[in-house]
Order: sequence, then structure tokens, then C-alpha cells
Amino acid sequence: MQHGKYRFIVGFLAVPLGLYALFVIWPFIQSIYYSFTDWTGLSPEFKMVGFDNYSRMLDDDIFWKSLQHSVIFALLVPLVTLSLALFFAFMINVGGRRRRGGPAISGVRGSGVYKIVYFFPQVLSIAIVALLFQFAYNPDSGAINSLLRGIGLDSVQPLWLGDPSIALWCVMAVLVWSTVGFFVVLFSAGMASIPAELYEAALLDGANRATTFFKVTLPLLWDTVQSGWVYMGILALGAESFAVVQIMTTGPGGPDYSTTVMVLYVYQKAFRDGQAAYATTIGVALLVVTLAFAAVVTRLGRRERLEF
Amino acid sequence: MKTTETPAPVPAEPGTPVLKTQAAPGGPKKGKKEGTTLNVFSHGVLVIWAIMVGMPLVWAVMTSFKDDASIFGSPWSLPDKLHFDNWSRAWSQAHMSDYFLNTVLVVGGSLIGTLVLGSMAAYVLARFDFPGNRFIYYLFIAGMSFPIMLALVPLFYVVDNMGMLNTIHGLILVYIAYSLPFTVFFLTGFFRSLPSSVAEAAFVDGASHTRTFFQVMLPMAKPGLISVGIFNFLGQWNQYMLPTVLNTDPDKHVLTQGLVQLAVSQGYKGDWSGLFAGLVMAMLPVLAAYIIFQRQVVQGLTAGALK
Repeated sequence: MQHGKYRFIVGFLAVPLGLYALFVIWPFIQSIYYSFTDWTGLSPEFKMVGFDNYSRMLDDDIFWKSLQHSVIFALLVPLVTLSLALFFAFMINVGGRRRRGGPAISGVRGSGVYKIVYFFPQVLSIAIVALLFQFAYNPDSGAINSLLRGIGLDSVQPLWLGDPSIALWCVMAVLVWSTVGFFVVLFSAGMASIPAELYEAALLDGANRATTFFKVTLPLLWDTVQSGWVYMGILALGAESFAVVQIMTTGPGGPDYSTTVMVLYVYQKAFRDGQAAYATTIGVALLVVTLAFAAVVTRLGRRERLEF
Repeated sequence: MKTTETPAPVPAEPGTPVLKTQAAPGGPKKGKKEGTTLNVFSHGVLVIWAIMVGMPLVWAVMTSFKDDASIFGSPWSLPDKLHFDNWSRAWSQAHMSDYFLNTVLVVGGSLIGTLVLGSMAAYVLARFDFPGNRFIYYLFIAGMSFPIMLALVPLFYVVDNMGMLNTIHGLILVYIAYSLPFTVFFLTGFFRSLPSSVAEAAFVDGASHTRTFFQVMLPMAKPGLISVGIFNFLGQWNQYMLPTVLNTDPDKHVLTQGLVQLAVSQGYKGDWSGLFAGLVMAMLPVLAAYIIFQRQVVQGLTAGALK
């Protein structure tokens, strides 16, 4: 298999690797370099300024707010999403009525329908979902408040996205809503592959459902849960939180910076305020947060797995 | 929770280990009751979430057929009559047709490009030993975890300098580049799992490496290509962040951008019914495709996470 091997390798790798290097790798390297300059993005001139951008960032209150919100996104959204998904998947696969002479563990009836419906939001663009909920949250004519009025809760009419104290929660809820289904399906597939004997053995030993879940299902699914956590966290730090915050909130990032996240702040600094260099500085901070998040989750996960 | 403690107090039927025979008389009453309570509870919880997922979508479809007055007056009432004019207004006046066309062009081009280039790179990385193989592989993998927004600031100027800002082909190339990490990762694993004997036989028969790849390996890799193709199709069709930064010309907008733009401008014009029609118009094809190709879509989207 040696004949013309290297020519073939180069021929096949050149275009994909070139494209990837030009549009992905090179800009990443550039942006780290730009974070040490005073480049505005509007003119090609710039000079090196050392760590000025970084010290400015540390004094920037809005940066700290966005960092705080991004960390909340990365920790809470996966936690809530994965917990709900595990719960639903367990109910779908194990919550069924025990039939006479049937297996010890069975799924609920209509489990296929649940999985289909839960998966709907996953195929929709997060931008469309965000737009939809922006209207649903509208305090006067939105679906949620008018539903509350309809069931007699006239006094409970929150401003939702207009209220700085709950706006962030509203935005996070939308992300949870749209991703739970994906993980329900993922975990269901994982649970279906756990041998029934293990459940039967646990039941024989007198384990109740909760014990079965924590001692059998969760440990065996742990790898999937862990990679799901990293995947979801990266999305919640990046593209997904950008779309929901940029589309749904006033400002965007408001009211009163109560929903701004790092990825949005990078975008605004670069493309609205003409401070490209400072934007890349915040971007570097976002990179650090993302890598730290992935490292911590992987590490914690590894320790957990050894216990079982 | 309280009914679930079955263990210790089972002095019953000596010599009859409970085994699978949960249905046998004695212990079963309790077991059955537990099963029923749990069954009711789990169905209850599952139905509530199904309603929470379904209701906003049903509400959107309903709203798209109403006139503006009743959208604001009574958001949950059924439409008095089906206002199909909302849909035609959205399709032509609000440029939904243009957005659809742009999206089809961009996604069509980038999907083909991603699959061709991704499988070429993955095949070489999976099947050939050469210095730098591991390095290039991990270079691709690294792209999956980096925050794209960090690269987007310089990327804007890279694309601008090449004269490809606000062009369809510029957007296609960028989509391909950002889809490569996952595609290469997934397909490398897939090519590794294929038997090597077939390719070797083809090679012995005198086929070149290139021919072996296109005529033997690609057809064998079809299931993997379908999975990763569906994954990329949905990702690229639903993409919002990349076009928001790189494609600011309203005439070139893709669906997601167009809708957001529409939402902003309808705020002044007040054509909410048209906007909802546009939203539903964008939602329905994807939902319909999902329902038809349900199994493949679920496999395609979850395959990567399970690897």
C-alpha cells in the first residue's frame, strides 16, 4: 500500500486542512495576539499595548457581571437539563406498570410518543425558539400571562424579561426547555442497553425505585451523563446563550445588564462599539472559562466513576 | 415513595424465592400497588412535560392564523376564521421566500462540501500512518470545544479581506470550516471501524488510493455519512451566530436571521400576525421532516454523543 501514498495523503488533506486552518485556527491565534493591542477593528492601524486590555477588563463591572452570568449558565443549565432528562428517561423506561409474568422492569405505555414529542424543540433553531418565547413572555399579550389571567391569577402578572431580578431565569428556562428532549432520547437509549438482569437482581435485594436509579442506572449511564454535561456546558457558554440573550432580552443583555453573558459582550464590543482588541480580550477570558469548565467536569466525573 | 419499601418484612412463603415471579400470590399485592402508583405518577409527570413542550408550538400555529387585534386581545382564543393572508403576506412581502432560498443555497452547498471534505480528511487520518497524523487529528478535535465567538472577531476581517463578506459562497466556506471538527471526529471513528480487507483487495486489484476511496470506502461508509449528514444539516439550517456576524446584508439573510430581523421591524409596523406566520413557516418543514425521518434524525443527532 506504499505506492503514491504520500501524494495521496497530501492531496486529500490539503483542502480540508487549509480551509480549517484559514477560517478556524488562524483567527483563534490572531485574536489572542489582538488582545495585546489597541486595535479598533475600524482602521488597520494598531500598536501593542501589553496587558492594558486585561487590566481594563479586571476593572470592568459589566465584564464581571457577564462572567457571573456565564458561569451560572454553564453550571445551572446543564444541571437542571440533565436532571430533568434523567428523571423523564427513567420514568419512560422503568416507570411502567408491572405486568403479570412480565419483566421486572418495563417502560410506560406510549413511551415512543413521549420521546417524539420531547424531541421537537431539538430540531428547531434556537433563534426561532427564542423568538417564540419572547412573545410568550410578553407581559400584556403574551401566552404565559394571559394563561395566568385565564386561571384566575390576575394578581400574578410578572414582567418576565422586563424584570431584572427574573430575566436571567426566564432566558435559562428557554434553554432548558429546548434541550431536555435531546437528553431524554439519549439517556433512554443508554437505559435500554442496561441488561434487565441487573434490575431484577436489585429488586430481589429489596431495592426500591429510587435506590435502583442511584445504584444501578446512574452509575452505568455515568459516561453518557458526563459527556452530555460537557457538551451542554460548552453550548450554554457559547452559541446557544448568545442566541437566546441576543434575541430575547432588551438591550440586548438588559434590563440593566441583568442578562448579559460573555459571548454577547464580545459581540457587542467588537461589532457595535468598535473595540475589537478589547473584545478579543474578553474572548480569551471566555476561552479560559470554557476550558476550565470542561477540565473540572471531566475531573469530577472521573473521581465519581472510581467509586462504583 | 412510601409504598416502595418491600424488603425485610417478607417472611412469606419459605422456599419460594421471589424471582421473576412477581405475579405469584403473597408479596404481589404490594408490588402491584407500587407499580400502579408509580405508573400513574410517571404518566402524570410525562404528560405535563409533553404539554409544556407542545403548547408553545400549538399556540404559535394558532396565532399565525389570527388577525392582529385578536392576537393582542385574547392570545389563547381560537382564530375567528383562518387568516391565510398572514401566510401569503409573510411569504412575499416579508421576504420569507428569499430567506428560504438563501438558506437552501447555503445549507446545500455547505452540506455537500462538509461531507466530501470531512470524509476525505477523516479517511486519511483513520487509515494512513504518517508523521503528524495525531497532531492534525487533535487539531481538528480541539475546534469542538473552543468558543467560536473568540475566532469570529478576526474572522470577520479575514473574510472581509478576501472580499467574501455578505456573500453566499463566503458563508458556505465558513460553515464547512466550522462543521469539520465534529465531522472529522465522527467519521474518523467510523472509518476505523470498517474492515480493511476490502480496501486492500481493491488496491491489490490495481485500484488507486483515490479510486479505492470513492468506489469502495465511501459506499461502505454510507450509514456514517447519513448520521453525520443529518447532524450537520440541522446544525447548518438552524445556524444563527455565524450569519449574524458574517452576513449583514438584508438581501442575503438566511431564515433565522430574517425572522429575527422581521421581529425587530414588525415592532414598528405592527404586523404580528405576519411574523407568526413566518415563524410557523420556518418551523413546519423541519418538524415535518423530523416526524417522517424520525429514526434517522434521532440516530444522527445522538450518535455523536454516544461515541
